[in-house]
Amino acid sequence: MDVNKRDDAHGNAQDDALDALAVLADPVRRALFRYVAAAGHDVGRAEAADAVGVQRTLAAHHLDKLAEVGLVDVAFARPAGRSGPGAGRPAKYYRASAGEVAVSVPRREYDAAGLVLADALERLRADDAVAASGRAEGRAAGRAFRAPEGVRESVAEQRERLAAALRARGYEPVVESGVSGADESGADASGSEASGAGESAAGGSGPGDGGGGVVRLRNCPFHRLAEQFPPLVCGMNLALLEGLVEGVGASAWRPRIGSGADGCCVVLEVREGAEASKNNDD
Amino acid sequence: MAAMPNTPAPARTASTDSVSPAVSPAAGSSSAYQLAQLNVAQLRAPIDSPQLADFVAGLHKINQLAEASPGFVWRLIGDEANPDATYEPAVFAADVLVNLSVWADIDTLWDFAYRGPHLDYLRRRGEWFGDIGERSQVMWWVPAGHRPTEQEGAERLELLRRNGPSPEAFTFRQRHPAPDAG
Repeated sequence: MDVNKRDDAHGNAQDDALDALAVLADPVRRALFRYVAAAGHDVGRAEAADAVGVQRTLAAHHLDKLAEVGLVDVAFARPAGRSGPGAGRPAKYYRASAGEVAVSVPRREYDAAGLVLADALERLRADDAVAASGRAEGRAAGRAFRAPEGVRESVAEQRERLAAALRARGYEPVVESGVSGADESGADASGSEASGAGESAAGGSGPGDGGGGVVRLRNCPFHRLAEQFPPLVCGMNLALLEGLVEGVGASAWRPRIGSGADGCCVVLEVREGAEASKNNDD
Repeated sequence: MAAMPNTPAPARTASTDSVSPAVSPAAGSSSAYQLAQLNVAQLRAPIDSPQLADFVAGLHKINQLAEASPGFVWRLIGDEANPDATYEPAVFAADVLVNLSVWADIDTLWDFAYRGPHLDYLRRRGEWFGDIGERSQVMWWVPAGHRPTEQEGAERLELLRRNGPSPEAFTFRQRHPAPDAG
């Protein structure tokens, strides 16, 4: 690893990262960034403006500023199947950037340490130990979101607690209806959580929401490590989420390795039999 | 389908441009090239031993999954009459598991290997395979329709081990686009 080779470059890289973060100091920009990052689809100016309650021109200005420092990417597309102004020509859309911004002052190299440690654990084939540690971490984190003793919760209520715990860990959970690929209501059917404010519950899904469905995780908090060591890090992540579910006490829910191409490798689904008897605590 | 490369990629610095490598040309576009991948793993026990029983029992499902995956083109089968039997190596040692397959591109292989049921299967790799001590996985571009041999795979792996990643022999961590990629 070339940790020593970039002493000169590091200052510049750090400046770039600090510039990017400084752009987020503006509260409107921050709200726009969070909205776009959590949306899971390309966001137009009008949508973003409405979502954070500012004028379109102002939203456009701030979105372009975010794009300038690489926090969001820009795409041009014809608004698919939507009427309205600009329907005929390509409009500007924004989406979460694939890049990462990380900066620490004073300088810390936890990423480098993570890669070295993961490599060592991979050589040792220490998946079981890694999973045990992940599970313990998840359990401890989940407890803060546990229902008060003696309270029995429905599948949907458990899902709310779980979603809060997941959000706190940076997973960006979205609830999808059980029918995969069904796109019932057209616009904004791509998940029920939109607010970037971090407060909206994952629930509030459409009518007929029986509390079930699938919780997908739009962000992988371990993205770069998971890319380098997929089975090791995804195994850790799965165990962490199993622990989180235990800690939260969301016994109706079960994490499993999913197969979507984006986001986290794990999805959470209702445990078999749990939907019928809603208060089943396993 | 089993072993992982052992070399960490260089850590990246704090910056906005550390973009994920998972950017590819649109899937399904017909390219003049396809991606060949070889991976080898050191069996911890004989293939017919109880220690490997779950691995062997899972092969049929995993092979079916691979063959049904988007982008799958071909895989090396030793005995056509028994397509789920592991390939008996001629170049590698007898206790080395050899997987050789061809895919449309890097991303389709990635999505099969590291998403869904195969990823789940891989999590138990430590019970079945030991550390081979060197790079155990290599990929390279072949003209569409070409079916690589074990020998060819072994040469690419040797190239990777000797010279590190290059367009002729690379890894998921240091990807190289197809020769005709624009």
